Amino acid sequence: MSARIPVLVLALAALAAVPWLVPGGYYISISSEILIYAVFALGLNVLVGYAGLVSLGHAGLFGVAAYATASALAAGFGHAGAILFALTATLAGTAVFAALALRATGIVFLMITLALGQILWGLAYRWISVTNGDNGVPVASRPAPLGFALDVPSHFYYATLAIFLLALVSCYVFIHSPFGAGLKGTRDQPRRMNALGYHVWLIRFYAFLFSGFLTGVAGILFVYYTEFISPQTLALTSSAEVLLMVISGGTGTLLGPIAGAALVVIVKNIASAYIERWNMLLGVIFVAIVVFMPEGLVPGSVRLAHWALKAIRPPASAGKAGAP
Amino acid sequence: MSLWGILAVNSVTFGGLLFLLSAGFSLIFGLMRIPNLTHGSMFMLGGYVGSSLYLTYHLPFWLAALAAAAVVAAFGGVIERLLLRRLAGSTLAQVLVTLGISLIVADFCLMIWTGDPISVATPPALAGGTRAFGIFFTTYRIAVILVACVVSALLWALLDKTRLGAMIRAGVDDPQMARVVGIRVSRLFTIVFCLGAGLAGFGGIIGAPILSVYPGLDSDMLPLALVVVILGGAGSLLGSLLGSFIIGFVYNFGQALVPELAYFVLFLPMVLVLVLRPQGLFGRQAP
Repeated sequence: MSARIPVLVLALAALAAVPWLVPGGYYISISSEILIYAVFALGLNVLVGYAGLVSLGHAGLFGVAAYATASALAAGFGHAGAILFALTATLAGTAVFAALALRATGIVFLMITLALGQILWGLAYRWISVTNGDNGVPVASRPAPLGFALDVPSHFYYATLAIFLLALVSCYVFIHSPFGAGLKGTRDQPRRMNALGYHVWLIRFYAFLFSGFLTGVAGILFVYYTEFISPQTLALTSSAEVLLMVISGGTGTLLGPIAGAALVVIVKNIASAYIERWNMLLGVIFVAIVVFMPEGLVPGSVRLAHWALKAIRPPASAGKAGAP
Repeated sequence: MSLWGILAVNSVTFGGLLFLLSAGFSLIFGLMRIPNLTHGSMFMLGGYVGSSLYLTYHLPFWLAALAAAAVVAAFGGVIERLLLRRLAGSTLAQVLVTLGISLIVADFCLMIWTGDPISVATPPALAGGTRAFGIFFTTYRIAVILVACVVSALLWALLDKTRLGAMIRAGVDDPQMARVVGIRVSRLFTIVFCLGAGLAGFGGIIGAPILSVYPGLDSDMLPLALVVVILGGAGSLLGSLLGSFIIGFVYNFGQALVPELAYFVLFLPMVLVLVLRPQGLFGRQAP
């Protein structure tokens, strides 16, 4: 425990110093993007990691928040009003999503969330009078809370960082609360939990709402970040990307999704500078993770690195360890 | 009046296509418990391969369709044997792999066939139509309906009347017990996966003259297959047949009446079924 505090302080200092450490506005923006996706991945991880429910429709909820913000702003709301409206809309959408998807668990749950997510995508794409179809909805300006103009990349980064830290702390509290323990119980032993008198369905429902709330927060940040929202954000690929963030970092951990978000965003940005086939690469990464590192990207790379080191220097290790 | 008639015919045609797509999905899901997210890609791949064979290599349409189905079935078999075979029982891994493959296939198709939609002309023998009851029936659509009927009859006969079908049904009901009595369930898996993929590919090329083939066809069709299976119940042929026609009607009428919300109306039958009968119309309660 005592070793944790210095590490925590160091990590916070590093996060706060990012705008000075990275060489320019572009990289500050990428850092903001990582934090936004980290909030999104934290939200999805509540379901995937702690409730054992894999959702492939979260990009739809993310999109609801983004579209609600953009539409409310376009309708003349102020920033506070738009954000409040977006959070309410996302929570309402999440409640419907959860009520339907939680009629099942396991694979059927996944299929329902996927279908619902695609329906939301279809809505964003075709309901042109509201969503402007493929052209998307622009956002004219970022808010300036207390005179702190978020149009400056570093200011936006700090605002995102603050919200990210709030989300992280709330996740920590959530997971370590009795409710979080109950949630993990419903993941591991739903029937026993039921026998013990816990309302398994309700616990999952609340967890879904919390997950949807974090997703909504990320969606609002995202629409302010890109100042634009289009149906592409709701596509199955986006849901798949976030799931990749959660899984690659390790499900059911607090820091895993954050590492995963950083990894995916960085790989995506580097990759799209050199190749145009990001989707192909994403697909290959998915297949490769499952085939070569079924335990997750971070532990898997460590294992593969050990293996590679041994393969490169067989005499040394073989001589020391002797024949296996 | 005639608008409704045309819509009804289109709905039945679309339902037939959906059946070709979702029957395989439902069988794979019912037997192997694999949520095969590549199914939309199989449909699209069938459309692309078939249209290339038909338009570029000038094969007769039905031969091209069968060849496309065979190619897609073989592709499905490769995926099953090389990847899914190792992942038995691990849902998350199966989801990731099928999702990854669907992304790869989508990008691969974009690379080979470019982003332009390919419209496939109706085969000359089936062009034109007939007028009956004040409705103009396009011959091709009637042919698609007939093909779907024939396929569903064949599938039903295969599952209900043959030894292989009995083994598949045993595998769906209780894979462990099926293994105990000497059925090689893993070989059934490969057969069913090939069959499902082939049917989806066949649907893709049969549907090409109606839907055309374009990037994104996969993610248009996959949710439809999911909704059909959620409606009909996994593993039930009758369920996917009924679900396909329900969705065919809902989708087509939705598109005609509320074009902006066409995708959203799909939501309604799904909500109804999930609220009233979560295991699907013909599904059994999950164990």
